Amino acid sequence: MSEPIIQIKNVTKHFGSVEALRGVSLDVNKGEVVVIIGPSGSGKSTLLRCINRLEEYDSGQIIVDGIPLDTAQNINAVRREVGMVFQSFNLFAHMTVLENIMLAQRVVRNRSRQEAENIAQELLRKVGIPDKAQAYPIQISGGQQQRVAIARALAMNPKIMLFDEPTSALDPEMIKEVLDVMLDLAREGMTMVVVSHEMGFARAAARRALLMDEGQIIEEASPEVLFSNPSHERTKAFLSKVLH
Amino acid sequence: MDKNPFPTVGPKEISKIPGAEPHSRLDPWWWLVALVVVSVIALVFIQPDPFRRILVFVSDGIGVSILVTVITFIVVLIIGLIGGLGRLSHNRIVFGLFTLYVEVIRGIPLLVQLIWWYYAFPIILQQAGIEISVLIPRDIFAVSMAVLGLAVCYGAYMSEIYRAGIQSIPKGQMEAARSLGMTYFQAMRHVILPQAVRIILPPVGNEFIALLKDSSLVSAVAVADLTRRGREFMAMSFLPLQTWIMVALLYLVMTLFAARIVGWIEKKTKFER
Repeated sequence: MSEPIIQIKNVTKHFGSVEALRGVSLDVNKGEVVVIIGPSGSGKSTLLRCINRLEEYDSGQIIVDGIPLDTAQNINAVRREVGMVFQSFNLFAHMTVLENIMLAQRVVRNRSRQEAENIAQELLRKVGIPDKAQAYPIQISGGQQQRVAIARALAMNPKIMLFDEPTSALDPEMIKEVLDVMLDLAREGMTMVVVSHEMGFARAAARRALLMDEGQIIEEASPEVLFSNPSHERTKAFLSKVLH
Repeated sequence: MDKNPFPTVGPKEISKIPGAEPHSRLDPWWWLVALVVVSVIALVFIQPDPFRRILVFVSDGIGVSILVTVITFIVVLIIGLIGGLGRLSHNRIVFGLFTLYVEVIRGIPLLVQLIWWYYAFPIILQQAGIEISVLIPRDIFAVSMAVLGLAVCYGAYMSEIYRAGIQSIPKGQMEAARSLGMTYFQAMRHVILPQAVRIILPPVGNEFIALLKDSSLVSAVAVADLTRRGREFMAMSFLPLQTWIMVALLYLVMTLFAARIVGWIEKKTKFER
């Protein structure tokens, strides 16, 4: 079982006249954590969103857990196995925290109310906010909302978790609580693709880090090497802007 | 939003919990409803001739007006949902068809549409071999065509309200739902529509009140609603002033009452984003 769990082969994508992805290829192995960095507009979020087909790509192929992303049926099958966490949390605003975590379990996984609730409560303990089960998203902090969003994705028992700048919309003092949850996940062996500039997290959790620019993967190395001793000019230029 | 000009609670007392705002005093606009009801009763008792006679004569028309409005509105809510989703469809044909529907309907006066359904549509049916007058009695036919005409017209406007409501929900809500494996319709039903409904409630309520008033147009196509009964009484009694004072007051009672109900539902379902 050495086949990569995510196989991205020469994927291209354009928005109008803008080329968002110009032939990106990437394999991610089971249990691996890959961090993607790069300037805004470099295509890193687009690539992530292609993996669960929130974004359609123009050419190339993506195979997730052996399922090619081509038919609508396959796309839904892949989405059940791939959890996604967004920059803006996207909790369902009209539902309590508990209901947020229960909804997809009920309608997608067909779990009973009791089972879904038990799983939700357990995940809330895991992300450290069991006392917020009955709160509405607006009543809790951004860091707590993001942890609920992670719990909501985990409730589906995903094989892969995608994180799209999960801490970019957070106040500095809340970033750590979210990263801690992500670190725990990485230690448990979850396959993760993370778009984030959190160097500390990358160093602690990831074996590989990628720099994307202008729709291409420019450089790929261990986080240590990529952040402190990059070989590519564009990586150096980007890092000099990010690290002050 | 709050029409109460005399708030009795200070901002510090307002709870931050959604839907748990402290009760304000009775909405003062209820007094206006009461005032109009009292004037109707006063007219009937102080001057039974002709006001009591008018009220008795048109009373079955009140029922017809309410019936037509309520049935039509239920149909409109369904057409609006389908139309709103159709107008958001990525399928060009579906989108095109619903856009055509909305544009055509909105470009034709309602009265003309009602007349079309009542006088012209049966001829099309006839030529298709369906003899409508044999199938259903004349008066039921009139009401059915009136409901159809009103529903098709208001459905077009309602489609736009639904569309705007659905579009006002941030895109991330749909993406989050889809990324959890929900189908488009599951996401619509459990995530998007429950939020959109709360947002469109005020305009939907307005549509109901507008429909109640526009239902008077069905008097032109042989439906014995309040307006038509008023015309009949006027023709019979030669008392246009008293007749139309009474009819206007009766409409006012209904619309003001409906407006209060809409306001009450709005308050009940308000939530913070």
